[in-house]
Amino acid sequence: MRLLLHELKGELRLYTRSRELAFFTFMLPIIFFVLLGSVYGDEDVINGYRGPDYLLTGMIGYGVAATAFSGLAIVLVIRRESGVLKRLRATPLPAPVYIAAVLLTTLIAFAVEAIVLVALAMVLFDAEFPNSLPSTIAAILLGSVAFALLGIGVSGLVRRAEGASAVITALYLPLSFISGAFFSQQHFPEWLKTIADVLPLTHFIDLLGAVMLGGLSIWDRPQDVAVIAAWGIFGVLLASRYFRWVPLEG
Amino acid sequence: MSTAVAVSDLRKSYGDVEALRGVSFEIAAGEIFGLLGPNGAGKTTTVEILEGYRERDGGSVTVLGEDPAEAGGAWRERIGVVLQSSSLYETLTVTEHLMLFAGFYEQPRQVGEVVELVGLEEKRDSRVRTLSGGQRRRLDLGLALVGDPELVFLDEPTTGFDPEARRRAWDTIGGLRQLGKTILLTTHYLDEAERLSDRVAVVRDGEIVAIGPPTELTAELPATEIRFRRDGEEIVLQTEEPTRVLHELAAEALAAGRELEGLEVKRASLEDVYLALTAREQK
Repeated sequence: MRLLLHELKGELRLYTRSRELAFFTFMLPIIFFVLLGSVYGDEDVINGYRGPDYLLTGMIGYGVAATAFSGLAIVLVIRRESGVLKRLRATPLPAPVYIAAVLLTTLIAFAVEAIVLVALAMVLFDAEFPNSLPSTIAAILLGSVAFALLGIGVSGLVRRAEGASAVITALYLPLSFISGAFFSQQHFPEWLKTIADVLPLTHFIDLLGAVMLGGLSIWDRPQDVAVIAAWGIFGVLLASRYFRWVPLEG
Repeated sequence: MSTAVAVSDLRKSYGDVEALRGVSFEIAAGEIFGLLGPNGAGKTTTVEILEGYRERDGGSVTVLGEDPAEAGGAWRERIGVVLQSSSLYETLTVTEHLMLFAGFYEQPRQVGEVVELVGLEEKRDSRVRTLSGGQRRRLDLGLALVGDPELVFLDEPTTGFDPEARRRAWDTIGGLRQLGKTILLTTHYLDEAERLSDRVAVVRDGEIVAIGPPTELTAELPATEIRFRRDGEEIVLQTEEPTRVLHELAAEALAAGRELEGLEVKRASLEDVYLALTAREQK
């Protein structure tokens, strides 16, 4: 426990020191929210929700993909290829403690981001306080763990630190669009809807809308919960197959 | 004296390539042991098996009484590692980085003490990304020492240093002897191995071709080399009897009224041993 707290403190310091992470994974969803939120008016209704409210769920979804998935995956590739992960393996710090600290750091960063987004929505766009707070927290927790696990899994598939950022952005940005983070999916062609329906982010945004705006309990949407959890498990499988502590030489 | 490291008939292949073909050596506690050899000889493979990074295909390895392939956290408390390439968090300061690592160990050394030990006093509050190559290497060394280990692995700790930085690093590593640390050093610099090590093993193509104290290794070669020029042609003689050979050469030159141009008399160095041992047979 002492070790976990110590490593968590170190990870949080590293997180706040990284300008690239702070901007691309943390600030960008907030900037997009402010910009796009001004475009949607109160009269816009998306999927039955007021425009700015829908956008809030979309931007929290985009935030989870940016912070928990992309940010974590990029950091892990860079640390692996720079030899830091390898060096850590020679210390008494147990691997599960390290992974736990990295996960917790991601959860904390994303929790702060979600709180900022909700607060901005309330101040700038007259959004209401989340309807079912416990379920909202549970949904955010579920989503961030699942996306963080996917991030750990995908880091093992990226070979080089140079370009890690580009490769991972090429994954999560289209994912965010298709999943309806920026706009409604109702005018999507059928084939695209089919793809969107199996993506975790689509279900995360739907779930968030249901509990945060609709006031439902997380247990009223078992299908969303199941799909998100399944992707989290897929992340674990990817990680157990491909995650590496040592650089991929050459 | 107790044994810190025992390696017997160590074997490792990568595909069809035999990287290690039966390597055996022992390192006594408190000894500085140098693994010397050209790139690709198997130095890093050996060290990384001892550090627990790589699995061996055959042979036995004991490091501080345990098999590195199965050793756990308690064993890692007792070793320090400097990897071949610097591996640091760029955004931490020197002190923060050392404190982060110190926290991983049960009984770490004082961070301030480590900063002094590796000579980074002036950089203690600088971010890692502002450090020079030599300073980064010293921080790598500091991180290896912060857990107060018994055994330190140094994989090419001075590669890429300028002569001044190398000399400073030697002083630091030499200072570890006073702390009673056992050190396994790999290098392809002969002067480094000769200067620092109590004993040296010369590795070539996955085998140890010579092992012993540097002075003993050099004793195996013809002791003295005499060089001079005659009619613009360089002549090199190797001899066990330099006095007699020199006397004859001098007498001959005096009789002919000539000078022994560019005369040089030199004891065999580890470099000569190394070159003799690592030179591939030329056809």
